Amino acid sequence: MFGTISTEMLLAVLPEIALLALVAIVFVADLLLPEKRRSALAWITAAGLLVILALTALYARPAAEAEQLWGGMLRHDWLAFVFKLLFLATAFLTTLFTINWPTVWRKGEFYVLLLTSTLGMTLMAASADLIMLFLAIETTSIPLYIMAGFMTEDDKSTESGFKYLLFGAVTTAVMLYGFSLLYGFAGTSNIYEMAAAISAGAVPGPVLVGTILLILMGFGFKVALVPLHFWAPDVYEGAPTPVTAFLSTASKAAGFAVLARVMIAAFPSILPDWQTIIAIAAALSMTVGNAVALTQKNIKRLLAYSSIAHAGYALLGVAAASELGVLSVVYYFLAYAATNLAAFGVVIIVWHKIGSDEIADYSGLSRRSPMLALALLIAFLSLAGVPPLGGFIAKVLVFAAVVQAGLVWLAVLGVLNSIVGLYYYLIVLKVVYLYEPKSAGAIPVARPHAAALLASILMILLLGTVLAPWYGWALSSAASLF
Amino acid sequence: MQFPILSVIVFLPIVVGALLLFLPPKNRKLIYGVALAVGLTAFLLSLVVYFSFDANGPRYQFEEQYAWLPQLGVSYHVAVDGITAPLVLLTGVVIFTGVIISQRIDERPREFFAFLFILASGVFGVFVALDMFALFFFYEIAVFPMYLLIALWGWKQTREYAAMKLTLYLFIGSVIALVGGLAMYFASGLGTFDMVALEAANFSPEFQRLWFPFVFFGFAVLGGIFPFHNWSPDGHVAAPTAVSMFHAGVLMKLGAFAALRVGIMLLPEGARFHLPWIILLTLVNVVYGAFIAMVQTDFKYMIGFSSVSHMGLVSMGFATLNYNGFVGAGVQMFSHGVMTALFFAVVGMVYDQAHTREIPKLGGLVKYMPFVAVAFIIGGLASMGMPGLSGFIAEFPIFMGLWGGGYAWIAIVAAISIAVTAAYILRAVGRVFFGEVPAELEGHMHDITRSEKLALGLFCLIMISVGIFPTLIVPVVQSGVNVILSLVGGA
Amino acid sequence: MAFVNAHLLSLILFSPLLGALIVLLLPGKNKNLIRRVALVLSIVPFVFTLIAWLGFGNAPVIDGFRYQQQAVWYPAINSSYHLGVDGLSLSMVLLTTLLTPLAILASFSIEDKIKPYMALFLALETGMLGVFLSLDLLLFFVFWEIGLVPMYFLIDQWGSPTGERELWKGMKVSARRYASFKFIVYTMAGSLGLLLAIQMLGVVSGTFDLIALFQSWPSISGTLFGLSAATVKTAAFWAFAIAFAIKIPVWPFHTWLPDAHTEAPTAGSMILAGVLLKLGAYGFLRLVLPLYPEQSHQYAGTLAFLATAAIIFGAFAAFAQRDFKRLVAYSSVNHMGFVVLGIAAAAFAAGSEHANIALNGAVLQMFNHGISAAAMFFLVGVIYERTHTRDLEEWGGLFPLVPVFGGLLIFSSMASLGLPGLGSFVSEFLVVRGAWPVFTVYTALSMLGLLFTGAYVLKGISKTLHGPLNEKWKGHLSEINRREILVLAPLLLFMLWIGFWPAWLLSVINQAVVTLFG
Repeated sequence: MFGTISTEMLLAVLPEIALLALVAIVFVADLLLPEKRRSALAWITAAGLLVILALTALYARPAAEAEQLWGGMLRHDWLAFVFKLLFLATAFLTTLFTINWPTVWRKGEFYVLLLTSTLGMTLMAASADLIMLFLAIETTSIPLYIMAGFMTEDDKSTESGFKYLLFGAVTTAVMLYGFSLLYGFAGTSNIYEMAAAISAGAVPGPVLVGTILLILMGFGFKVALVPLHFWAPDVYEGAPTPVTAFLSTASKAAGFAVLARVMIAAFPSILPDWQTIIAIAAALSMTVGNAVALTQKNIKRLLAYSSIAHAGYALLGVAAASELGVLSVVYYFLAYAATNLAAFGVVIIVWHKIGSDEIADYSGLSRRSPMLALALLIAFLSLAGVPPLGGFIAKVLVFAAVVQAGLVWLAVLGVLNSIVGLYYYLIVLKVVYLYEPKSAGAIPVARPHAAALLASILMILLLGTVLAPWYGWALSSAASLF
Repeated sequence: MQFPILSVIVFLPIVVGALLLFLPPKNRKLIYGVALAVGLTAFLLSLVVYFSFDANGPRYQFEEQYAWLPQLGVSYHVAVDGITAPLVLLTGVVIFTGVIISQRIDERPREFFAFLFILASGVFGVFVALDMFALFFFYEIAVFPMYLLIALWGWKQTREYAAMKLTLYLFIGSVIALVGGLAMYFASGLGTFDMVALEAANFSPEFQRLWFPFVFFGFAVLGGIFPFHNWSPDGHVAAPTAVSMFHAGVLMKLGAFAALRVGIMLLPEGARFHLPWIILLTLVNVVYGAFIAMVQTDFKYMIGFSSVSHMGLVSMGFATLNYNGFVGAGVQMFSHGVMTALFFAVVGMVYDQAHTREIPKLGGLVKYMPFVAVAFIIGGLASMGMPGLSGFIAEFPIFMGLWGGGYAWIAIVAAISIAVTAAYILRAVGRVFFGEVPAELEGHMHDITRSEKLALGLFCLIMISVGIFPTLIVPVVQSGVNVILSLVGGA
Repeated sequence: MAFVNAHLLSLILFSPLLGALIVLLLPGKNKNLIRRVALVLSIVPFVFTLIAWLGFGNAPVIDGFRYQQQAVWYPAINSSYHLGVDGLSLSMVLLTTLLTPLAILASFSIEDKIKPYMALFLALETGMLGVFLSLDLLLFFVFWEIGLVPMYFLIDQWGSPTGERELWKGMKVSARRYASFKFIVYTMAGSLGLLLAIQMLGVVSGTFDLIALFQSWPSISGTLFGLSAATVKTAAFWAFAIAFAIKIPVWPFHTWLPDAHTEAPTAGSMILAGVLLKLGAYGFLRLVLPLYPEQSHQYAGTLAFLATAAIIFGAFAAFAQRDFKRLVAYSSVNHMGFVVLGIAAAAFAAGSEHANIALNGAVLQMFNHGISAAAMFFLVGVIYERTHTRDLEEWGGLFPLVPVFGGLLIFSSMASLGLPGLGSFVSEFLVVRGAWPVFTVYTALSMLGLLFTGAYVLKGISKTLHGPLNEKWKGHLSEINRREILVLAPLLLFMLWIGFWPAWLLSVINQAVVTLFG
């Protein structure tokens, strides 16, 4: 009934299996550990994730030829591989950042949710079948809803959790409807077989466009694209900041992995139609995200709108719909994940000391803690797209992709938006460096936070200078889609 | 394997700058000492490069190439040619003297020198880059430290506004040029960013005519071309002295040079098509800049606008598209760099003591700082194009280029700026350095330190030597110009 | 010795500059040391000039110039370091190297900031010599401009301590600041046109070498820059002419001169009137006439008109002055007018005997006026130092108090007047003789000026020396001292020598005139 299960198939899902195992371990540890030892849970999770990351990197490498495994449910290719590594690394760093966070960090349930969400993401990256995809998306999202509202004492957190849940549920339902339509017309739920059916004309034109829109509603919500972005600022602001960090990086990356795969693998034949839609979504996201970010006074909200804008930039790569385009998307997320983690890392560390996320309270941070200010500088300049940081390379690649695809207007819009972005990032940096601090005293940095922050900053610098290895990964990922 | 002198020059500042951040913040002597050592090393190395440059030798010398991103055709490819060798020397001179002039900075000196060195590395990198990607990379690195340098250590009244305006303007220019650069990369079909290869790319005339303005103006913004010069006066004035020296002395040359290297040399048909009207903008720079300088009462603003005017001559030289114009522009980039660095250094020295830059409130300073007065006079004469100094050696061929390029009437109009320049310089000299010392300043002024005199003396020595012996720089520039002409096809 | 001979002109040119650098290195406290060293150093170029003069007749002639030297300077635009002399330039060089040591000797009474003063003076000498020695158009311009800067500072820093003028918008500045500013701005504005014309010449001809330009430029025809060559040349001619006219100065471009000469320190005025004005005339002779023969001929009448105006109005203005120095200043306008008249006549009738005579007269007048103006300014300076006033009305009947001074003043005034037996007579006579057949009316009118020259000179002398003694000077006026007599002696000697036996100078000048304008 199932056929033989080969080692390749097992190795392909090595991260998933390992994650499940880790979930079990954490569950058990949570039951067994006494109250005062519960801090070990975070360390177990972190260590476990690190081990899984190493194992995946070593053993779960895909073959030169991508293949569909597990009955066509999963595609073991470079795109999936690279994104899986990204999710695991992000989860690892996020776990480190959760240490000391009130309400969250001694709760086994939280880490179980985190791991489950990561599991869902790894499946999302590899999904080759709509049903698998839907399951993966739900596996990712539902824990995230809970994690967002985890701080039950805090009104904002609960509100964010609820908001996320409600909107998420609605858009997922819409997306599912789109999936069902596709399945109905194409006769198969496998994305790749669907591509053949569509190009053969199985799905009538208007329906096709309609389903794309429905599906995009789901994906767009996931990655917070305009016009489905309105949840993001409130959710980002209300959720515990480590969760926000995770949301803005790993979850978004997962959404993009899916977006790239589905649009390019399933709908290549009607490229012009969806390319325009994506291009418009990208343009809107960049512009709206940057424009509204200008007025923000809360750093988490600012970063939320900045994330919306960055989703727009990354979407440029999808709009290009070429190998270079997908390559640029992969590189963009590598850089963006490191950058956002670093940025949120600083926010977390500062919050522990001053208990506030208002930008005004960051005044004179450079005097209280020059190193933290420097880390924030590097992170924000990477967001702005300044060399020698990863954000610069990422931006150059997405712009190159759209220029190559002939969508020069998008490139021009993108660069103009970069300027707007630069403006508000500089404003924050100005507050940090120029103004006088409101209170004195150094800001203590817990070791795990320092380690995670350092790792992120290091990645930002590496992604900006030593380009070859990451570029090679991104190249293989892109090639695997075409 | 020859010593990678160019890479050392490029990376030494930024590496040491990063290390500076870890020194104890209060030990000003140590910080200044390390910074001075770096500045001196960079200067000496640039001297070696310049004087070893063989004007009759191969086009590119001290070449180094390492693969960086082979899949995209990006390599770390650096070298100097006839145009960039003097510019590398100029940067070396300005970073060295800039560190000396900054010896009094007592507010977070570590961060100041760290950012200044990042800036220096970026500038060196642009001048020596032969790969377009590397050029953009270093170009952007040179832009962002300006924001912090001006916002944190600049003139309190306008520093935030000026820093933001400057950074945004320059960033816009560079990303627009970047889009142009990407378009060139794809249109060439060669799959490489190497500019030597791209010179042979043979872009279609329509492509060139469309993209030349993007690339040229994107970079020329940094060169202060009208009407995108607006960031420059406020930026100059708000910046701390060493940053103004760098900014006017080197950074603006960066813009003009990049416009030449990426715009004119790689898109020659586009250049031939557009420069005839662009030259009118440069004329506006030259004349309008001089008139505006004349009405300033703030000493630093006067010099800032004077820079806008003199940089116009560089772009004007390029725009003539002939031999004399290019030679003159090449020399002017060097000469004006030295001259304006001197001016801003002098302004800084005056301001440090008098705490005012209003010309009517200054006077008789020759009594307290005679060396500074003489240095300013020499610089002033050079800026008027007085023969015997480097300014004349630079401006004369530019004007010859105008005559030869069929722009005779532009030569006549531009000559007005010479007269206006003489007027405001003489007025400034007379008012600031001679005459009565205002009561508020009596007894508060003292002379500059020995190392500051060294810095000013170095500037004067360069201006006088080049003025008397043009062969010190002209053959080197000529070798670079010959290459440009072979690409552009001018006379 | 061979080295000296091979590089004679460079030695003449740069020994003053070297001297200036040496002076700068001297310790600042020892005033007498600085003065003496400067004096000795300034005699060095004079010695070299004598060597050149004595060997002039035997020196080989190449393209009309002797002692030529050429070296690489700015090859990228075809300009080289090219020096050479003919009779015209050598006589001017002699004038310069003679007057400078005398002026320095005259400056011994300056007490304040002596080192920069002497250094600037010597640097100024190099600037002036460079103009006379250059055989490259660009090099000519370089030295032309360089000479302005030291003079600007000399007037601005060491000029008359009193007096105030309004500069603009009610801004009052000291008189010397006003004078120096006007001097430099006026002259630089004039040379702006010259600069543009030189650029244009260089581009069109592909070289700046004067010898090559003399061959190629006059024969250029056709269209240039979209206009006819004749139009372009006319524009260039006027650019050159105006720049030089400002320097000479030709009426109406003379208004900078009275202020500059009056407010300058004594030695500064000596050099200004003695040499600097000659630069303009030299420019006409060396550049304008050979490069633009047609335009010179065409506009010679205009030039003659302006010259006559200078002669007449200069004389009238001098007569009206109360300030003795200003009187002498206007007399310069008057005397230089003769030079220009001679040049104009030569331009109009080029090649004829009259032209040659007029030209010889003009050049000789340049030399003579240099000598006599220097003497006059110095004498005014002598009395100013003692009385601290230059107002003619303040003096009166000083002859018995200072008989030696009085005698010397009368002698120099007669030379300035053009008394036969003294130099100026010869030169003015030659000019009038040469110009009469060419521009009869103008020459006749200039006689009017000559009449008034006598008037103002006599007015000056009489108001100072004759008449009732002004009591307030009794006992407060010291006689002219030995140093001051030493300054005047060579000048008076030359005045006499040229007056009685001008041949030694005229023969040298004539050689040049004949070669250039044959």
